[in-house]
Amino acid sequence: MRKLLIWLPLALFLGFIALFASGLFQPDDRIIHSRLVGQPLPAFTLPAAASDRPSLASAQLATGQPRLLNIFASWCVPCAAEAPQLDALKAAGVQIDAIAIRDARPDVDAFLKRNGNPYARIGLDARSEVQIALGSSGVPETFVIDGKGRIAYQHIGEIRADDVPMILDRLRAAQ
Amino acid sequence: MKAKHQRLILALVALAALIGAGLLAASALKDEAAYFYAPGDVKAKGVEPGKAIRLGGMVVKGSLKRAADGVTMSFDVTDGKATVPATFSGIAPDLFKEGSGVVAEGSFDAKGTFIATNLLAKHDERYMPRELEGMSYNETTRVLQVDQ
Amino acid sequence: MIAETGLAALWLAASLALLQLVLAFVGVKGNKPDLLAAVRPAAVAQGVLTAIAFALLIALFMRSDMSVLLVATNSHSAKPWLYKFAGTWGNHEGSMLLWVTVMGVAGAAVALFERALRRDTHMATLGGQAAISLGFYAFLLFSSNPFARIDPAPADGQGLNPLLQDPGLAFHPPTLYLGYVGLSVAFSFAIGALLTRQVDASFARAMRPWVLGAWVLLTLGITAGSYWAYYELGWGGWWFWDPVENASLMPWLAATALLHSVTVLATRDALRAWTVMLAVVAFSMSMVGTFLVRSGILTSVHAFAVDPTRGSFILGLLALYIGGALALFGWRIGAVREGAPFELVSRETMLVINNLLLTVILGLVLIGTLYPLMTEAFGHKVSVGAPYFDRIAGPIALALMIAMAAGPLVRWRRDQARVVSKRLLIPFGIALLLSSLVSALAWGRIGILPFLGLVIAGSVAVASLAPLWKRNLRRTPLFTYGMVIAHLGCAVSLGGMASDSAFTVEKLVAARPGDTIETAGWQLRFLQIQPLAGDNWTALQADMEVRRNGASVTIHPQSRFFASPPTSTSEAALLTRWDGQLYVVLGEEVEGGRWQLRIWWKPFVTLIWLGGIMIALGGALALLGRERRGWLMKWRARAAA
Repeated sequence: MRKLLIWLPLALFLGFIALFASGLFQPDDRIIHSRLVGQPLPAFTLPAAASDRPSLASAQLATGQPRLLNIFASWCVPCAAEAPQLDALKAAGVQIDAIAIRDARPDVDAFLKRNGNPYARIGLDARSEVQIALGSSGVPETFVIDGKGRIAYQHIGEIRADDVPMILDRLRAAQ
Repeated sequence: MKAKHQRLILALVALAALIGAGLLAASALKDEAAYFYAPGDVKAKGVEPGKAIRLGGMVVKGSLKRAADGVTMSFDVTDGKATVPATFSGIAPDLFKEGSGVVAEGSFDAKGTFIATNLLAKHDERYMPRELEGMSYNETTRVLQVDQ
Repeated sequence: MIAETGLAALWLAASLALLQLVLAFVGVKGNKPDLLAAVRPAAVAQGVLTAIAFALLIALFMRSDMSVLLVATNSHSAKPWLYKFAGTWGNHEGSMLLWVTVMGVAGAAVALFERALRRDTHMATLGGQAAISLGFYAFLLFSSNPFARIDPAPADGQGLNPLLQDPGLAFHPPTLYLGYVGLSVAFSFAIGALLTRQVDASFARAMRPWVLGAWVLLTLGITAGSYWAYYELGWGGWWFWDPVENASLMPWLAATALLHSVTVLATRDALRAWTVMLAVVAFSMSMVGTFLVRSGILTSVHAFAVDPTRGSFILGLLALYIGGALALFGWRIGAVREGAPFELVSRETMLVINNLLLTVILGLVLIGTLYPLMTEAFGHKVSVGAPYFDRIAGPIALALMIAMAAGPLVRWRRDQARVVSKRLLIPFGIALLLSSLVSALAWGRIGILPFLGLVIAGSVAVASLAPLWKRNLRRTPLFTYGMVIAHLGCAVSLGGMASDSAFTVEKLVAARPGDTIETAGWQLRFLQIQPLAGDNWTALQADMEVRRNGASVTIHPQSRFFASPPTSTSEAALLTRWDGQLYVVLGEEVEGGRWQLRIWWKPFVTLIWLGGIMIALGGALALLGRERRGWLMKWRARAAA
C-alpha cells in the first residue's frame, strides 16, 4: 500500500506530461492557410497607402501576367526583414503589389523610405477587412496571383533568402 | 485510541475528501464547461436554452444594429451553414466589427436568440480566435468557409 | 559591445553552474571536503554573473539599441523610460533571463546565508540548484538568446503590447518570478535532503524561511496581478480564472500547504514524506505555470508571444526535473523513518486538514485549467470558465477558512475535544451571532454563497484574533502576530470578495455630454469629451463630475489608442472611498452623439487587496520573528561560551 502511494505521484505526473505533449505536438493549427488558394481573388478596392504609389483594386491584379501580392505593415519587424528578398524578386522582373494593414500613410512612407520600395501599387486596408477576405491571418504574407487573378500560392511569414527560388518557381508555374 | 487507528481514520477522511472532490469536479465540469459551437453545430445538434456555451463564427455584414438605448446591439453570426441571431449589451471590444470573427460567451433564450454576456477578441494582429481556425470569410459570396 | 558582454556573462554563469553541479555531487558522494570548498564560491560567482547579464539587458532597453533583436521587437524609442525599463521583462527572452537571474541570486544567497543546515545537505542543495539553473541556461542560450543582434537594424522598434504598458507591469512579474523561483530553493532543499537522507526537524527549520519568503512574494505578486487585471482590463472583475492567473494561483496554493506542513515538521517532526512531496509539487506548479503561459497551448487574455518549440523545451525541463525528483522520492523515501505520531484531536490534525483542503483545491483548479486540453485530445473544443471554478473553489475555500480559524486554538500533539470545543465556542459563538445579525439585513437579496461568505468572513475575522486572547501582548512572539495578521487578512479578503459579489451595482448607459446619471446613491454628470495626447498614445477622455451627498470630484475615464502596434485600450476611472470604489469605463460613440458608459459601484471591493497585503505582511512578520529568534539564540549561545 505504502509502496503504491510512493510511486503514485510519479505515475500521475507522467500522465500530465503525456497530456502536455499531446497538446503541444498536435498538428500545428497555428498556421492558418487561406481557403481561397486556387480560387479567384475576392473583389476589393483600396485607397492608396503611400504618397507616391497608386491605389489598388482586385481587377488590377488580373493582367495576364503572374505577380505577387504582399501583405505588410509598417509596424511589423519581420516585414522589414523580408525587404531585401522583395528587392531581389523585383530585380528578377517580378511585379509586386502590396496591401498595408492597420496602417497610416506617413508611417508607410517612412517605412518605404527606410527599407526600399519594390511595390507598383499599395492599397491601405485600415481595418484588415480585405486581409480577412483573403484568408490571411497575419503579417507578412505573400500571395502568388496567376494571370487570371486567381490565388496560386500563399506564403505565410517573411520570405527568407532561400525562399526566393521557390517563389520564382511558383510564379513560373502560375504562367 | 491507538496511533494506528488514528492514522486509519485520517486516511479514510482523506480518501472520502478526495472522492468527494472528484465527484464535485465531475459534476461541475459536466454542468459548467462551456462547449464551443459554430452556428452549423447549433442547427444540427440543438442547444438547450440557458446552457452556457461559446458561439463562434463571423459577424454577417450589414446585420449589426444598435438598439435605441445605445448599449444593446444585435447581429447575426454565421459559419456558412447556418446563421444565428445574437444580442449583446455592453461595450464591445475594439476588434469586434462586421465581417470579422467573433467568439461570444452566453446562452440561447427560449426564442433561439443568443444572449451574449461577453465578446472575446484578442488584442493582437493575429486576431483569429483559436476556435475559428480553419474558417475564412469569402467577401464576394459572403459565405464563411469551414475547414472540415 | 554591451550585448556581447551580456552573452559572455551568461555563458560563464552556465559553465560555473555545471562546475557547481559536478563538484557538489562528486564531493558529497565521495565525501571530499576540498571539492566541496569550491561549491559556495561558484554559487556566489554565478549569482553575480547573472545579475550583470540582466543589468546589461536593462541598459540595452534603456538606450533603445535597435540592433538587438529583442529590443527592436519589444520596445520603441518614443516610449516613456519606465516602460523601456519594464519592457526588459515584458517579453519571453527577457523574462526567462529574469528567471535565471533570480535563480542565480537565490543560489548565491543560499550559499552565503544558510547556516542551519547540515553541511552535506547544504552542498547537495546547492548542487540541486545548479542542476535546475543549468536547464534554464541551456534554454536561454540555445533557444531564446536575449542578446541576439538584428542586421540591418530597424530605424525603430515594434513597441510593447499597450496592455502591458502600465506601471503595474514594472512590479507584478518580477515579484511573481521571485516567488516562483523561491520555490525552486525549497525544491533544491528537498532534493538535497533526499540525497543525504536527512528529512527531519532541523532540515525543516532550515527550509522554512525560504518557503516563507517565496510565499510572501507570491502573495504580493498575485495581489498586484489581480489589481492590475481589475483596473487595466476594464471589465470590473478582479479575478477571471484565466489560465495565466491559475498558473500563478496553483504554486501559491501548494506553497501555502507547504508552509503549514513544514511548520509541523519543524515543530513536531511529523509529516516527513508529505512535506518533501509538497516541496516538489510546489516547484512543479511553478514550472507547469511557466509552461502553460509560454507554450500558449491554452488560450488566454494575457497571451505572450507563443512558440511551440519553446513549449517543448520547457516541457523537456519539466519532465526531467520533476520526473527525476519524483523518481528520487520513490527511491529514497522508503529509507526515511515515519515521523512522530500525534493524536486525532491536535494542532497536527488541523494542519493536515488544512493541507488536505488546499491540495483538493489545487487539484480541482489544475483539472479545470487542463480540462480543455484533455477534451481537445478527443476532438471537442471546450472552455472552462468562472462558473466551474466558483462552484468548486467557493465551498471548499469556506471550509478551509473555518479550519483556519479553529486550527490555532488547538494544542500541539494532543488536546481534548471537550476543552477545544469550549475554547472554540466563545469566539465562534460571538462572531457568528454578530455577523449573522449584520448579514441578515441583506438576506433574501443576495445569493447563498456570498451570504455564507459574509457570515464566515465576519466570524473568522473575530476568531482569528482569539490566539491573542488573554496573552501578554508584549511577550507574544512576532511570528504569532504574523500568523494572526495573515489569518485576519484572509478573512478581510474574503469579506471584500463576498461584498463585491453580493452588493455590486452595475449600470450601462449611452449618454450625451450634459446628461446626469444616477446609480447607487451617486450622481455622475457627464461634462464633456475631449481628445488628449500622451507620450506614445492619443486618447478620448470623458470628464465626469461625480458627487454623493457633498462635494463633487471630477474623474476621467479614457479610451486610448496606441500607434505601434495599432491597438486601443480603455483606461477605467476609479474613485476610491472608504466604503468602496466607483469604476467608470468609457466605450465607443453611438448615434445621436451619445457615448457608452459602464458604471459600477463596488462596496468594500478594496478589502480584497488590503487582505492580500495583510497576508503578505503577516508572512513577512513571521519570517522576521523566526529569523530574529535564531539570531538571539545564537548570540546567547556565544555569550554563554
